[in-house]
Amino acid sequence: MKQLALEALDSALRPGVTYADVRLVESRDRELGTKNGKPGQVSSDESVGIGIRVLADGCWGFAATDNLTRAGVESAAALAVDIAHSSALAKKHDVTLAPEAKHEATWISPCQIDPFSVSVEEQLSLLTAVDEELRRAPGVTLAQTSMIFNRSRQVFVSSIGSVIDQTRTSSGAGFEAFSFKGSEIQKRSYPNSFGGQHQLKGYELIHELDLLAHAPLMAEQAVALHSADQCPEGRFNLILDGSQLGLQVHESIGHPIELDRVLGSEANYAGMSFLTLDKLNHLRYGSDLVNAVCDARIEHGPGMGTFAFDDEGVPAQSADIIRNGQFVGYMTSRETAAAIGQSRSNGTMRATSWARLPLIRMTNVSLLPGEQTLDEVFGGVSQAIYMETNRSWSIDDKRYNFQFGCEIAWEIKDGQRARMLKNPTYSGITTEFWNACAAVSNRDHWVLWGVPNCGKGQPEQVIGTGHGASPTRFHNIKVGAAYAA
Amino acid sequence: MPPETGEAILPQSECREIFGAVQQAAAALGVSDVEALFGAHCAALTRFANNTIHQNVAEQDRWLSVRVAIDHKTARATTNRFDPDSIRGAVSQALALARSAAPNPDLLPLNERSVNSETKRFDSATAGATPQHRGQAVAEAIRIVESAGQTAAGIYSTGQSAEAIFNSRGVAAWYAESMAQFSITAMAGDSSGWAKASAVSHAAIDPLALARSATEKARLSNDPHEIAPGRYTVILEPAAVLDLVGQMFGDFSATAVADSRSFLTDRVGKKLFGENIHISDDVSHPLQAGVPFDGEGVPRRKLTLVEAGVPRELAYARSSAQRAGVEPTGHGFPLPNEVGEAPLNIVIAGGATSTDEMIASTERGVLVTRLWYIREVDPYEKIMTGMTRDGTFLIENGRVSRGLRNFRFNQGIIELLNNVEALSPSVRASGEEAFDMVAPAMKVSGFNFTEVTRF
Repeated sequence: MKQLALEALDSALRPGVTYADVRLVESRDRELGTKNGKPGQVSSDESVGIGIRVLADGCWGFAATDNLTRAGVESAAALAVDIAHSSALAKKHDVTLAPEAKHEATWISPCQIDPFSVSVEEQLSLLTAVDEELRRAPGVTLAQTSMIFNRSRQVFVSSIGSVIDQTRTSSGAGFEAFSFKGSEIQKRSYPNSFGGQHQLKGYELIHELDLLAHAPLMAEQAVALHSADQCPEGRFNLILDGSQLGLQVHESIGHPIELDRVLGSEANYAGMSFLTLDKLNHLRYGSDLVNAVCDARIEHGPGMGTFAFDDEGVPAQSADIIRNGQFVGYMTSRETAAAIGQSRSNGTMRATSWARLPLIRMTNVSLLPGEQTLDEVFGGVSQAIYMETNRSWSIDDKRYNFQFGCEIAWEIKDGQRARMLKNPTYSGITTEFWNACAAVSNRDHWVLWGVPNCGKGQPEQVIGTGHGASPTRFHNIKVGAAYAA
Repeated sequence: MPPETGEAILPQSECREIFGAVQQAAAALGVSDVEALFGAHCAALTRFANNTIHQNVAEQDRWLSVRVAIDHKTARATTNRFDPDSIRGAVSQALALARSAAPNPDLLPLNERSVNSETKRFDSATAGATPQHRGQAVAEAIRIVESAGQTAAGIYSTGQSAEAIFNSRGVAAWYAESMAQFSITAMAGDSSGWAKASAVSHAAIDPLALARSATEKARLSNDPHEIAPGRYTVILEPAAVLDLVGQMFGDFSATAVADSRSFLTDRVGKKLFGENIHISDDVSHPLQAGVPFDGEGVPRRKLTLVEAGVPRELAYARSSAQRAGVEPTGHGFPLPNEVGEAPLNIVIAGGATSTDEMIASTERGVLVTRLWYIREVDPYEKIMTGMTRDGTFLIENGRVSRGLRNFRFNQGIIELLNNVEALSPSVRASGEEAFDMVAPAMKVSGFNFTEVTRF
């Protein structure tokens, strides 16, 4: 692979080209599922191709192809250069890149048990057992289970001399129990919605999730929700479980801190950000308890945004985003860092596949754990509503106004779960919400959650991101507006 | 067939030849029932922001997806390598996966009926549009926005795609089409406007007219005013209609209804929407696009999804049709899958009221250009939440009076389609939250805005 990538780079370095990089990617997926005791998805996918990015006339051009013959690669390289020249038809200034050193490295993500070495029979057998367990509960009308595995090897080479060979293995699994009764469809998912938990791990993740043991309770709750009271409307102390908080971080911290979005690159599609440049180091984003980082290093954990180098050859880093409530940093690329006068990218450029251009993407954007025990988070107030597992999510295109729905909630009285509540939703304005953060539970309850379906870019790229979070309490949050008459 | 029909990226003769190799590899493994899906696309997109082209890309890819069926078991293996070893590898991988799966009593023998559609949607100029063509169009569109003192962002994409299906029971179907899209957002100091169009031929798209429309919306919504959330009469432009109403069509799936995960569970054949709501699925509609056969090679037929407010027909794949004792409609996804089928070529019947006439007949209401980040709040009442975006206006006394800050809505689609007071003629509309459709603008009473954002 390395030789082919270097040949492609040579081919791209034509007269007028001031920078070029090449990503040669080979990926493999396995996807398995069941539905009501029958096999669902049983499939594998292999893809290999090359993406060539060049700077010429001060403009970007990118071309990707699956034709890895010498002629195919040369043709793609020529097209990338032609595209870059055509970009100059509407150019305001030359692209400038923040400096980056040359890197030569090989990195393989930690993987204790190769998921592709585990037999499909064993994997489907576990899913079938979970499916059967879910359907034991009277009232469960639909049971679904799934597993997904990916291994992707990428060779990155660039005209500054970097040669980086990375292999990442990720796994994901989960299940859902649906219950339809009267005029309601209720659902419980484990360990999260969006196909469960997803991490940069091997099959050991599946063992850790212990899917079978959690099936009975989820099935029972899906059915019990029909008899639960409707979540009330009003302002309440709100406690979110880690998985829901992870998505809250994703939408209301992760996306607004993407510097390309701030600078307008996504204005036509994913939107912009309220975090305009004047707010850096000046905005009170949250309460003193709010500390957030963007951390792609393996030291942060095996997240969907963990790697050794990003897709423009910048080493993985940890960047402070919110420090004691103060907004202190964006996610950057070489181009956007230079655009705001920063000396170096903090390494967040990622592409979904060989066919797509790297963009600033969340790596692992995490809310750091607090110091409080779970009892203190739940018991610190006399009354609260506790919500668990995302059901719906929406936020405006500048990331101010959000609304989330969860699968289940409970009224909390003096730290204890009282009545179950159905159809819980909450909403707010990003900075008001984070400034209402009143208690963050400690590292004992902190989990690096995976969001597998983050979309951005045109053509759209869907990628996995990581979000560390632990159960957290907020005060005076608007609840239930979605169902208000 | 000449290359200008899409043969260039996925020649039918090559598909046949590769399928022969697939069959041979399967036979060597003792498998006779085998299916091959082929896909190819060659697409380019010029993206602009801050009045400059900032991303400019092209990609080409092809794939072969092999499915084998043995003893009521099936599985799929996909590769984008077409050399003999990779073809054999895909067949043996599919077989290994299928052998590992449990038998599925619902699995049918491979499809035996297919008809190559006469539908032709290919424009060679669009398929082969150059970066210079896109760059020049974008530069001119930017000039229009810039001359109004505004900032432009958007995309211009052109390209072609092809799909084919072959199986060992004689199915052979192939289809190719070209497609172009132009989308533009014009941003003024505190307001914005948006316009988008898509078509099989780029000649049917007028980037400059779209730029002028977006610019005018940004100008008109200058200094947006905040009004209290609540229930308002709204006029949803076609893109807003497709993005919101488009969220319900996955539920017109026989499998979804059988699984009790559709809002149509227990509701098919009962009056659910207003008398003025008529919706069909019609792949051959002149403003539609897309493959005219399904994931098993069954030709798509026209469906009457909603007739005078009554949900009438569902989409059926072969297995859901067999369970229901009806004919498949040609809307199944490639097997194996959990979701079954869905209509993908929606045509919402329009009316005779222009958007201007809707505005003129509105004493107080809200004109909505575009919706954003729409997600399902309640699956059975089909309550959706989302935001307005890029051109939200107050209507007072029959005219657009000023721009408004954007709203969050929580609106049931069932309720919405009972409150439609007027429909415009339908057009091919393109949004971002649902696939392209043929849809009208709608005037709707009692639309539920629940919150206002900061811009």
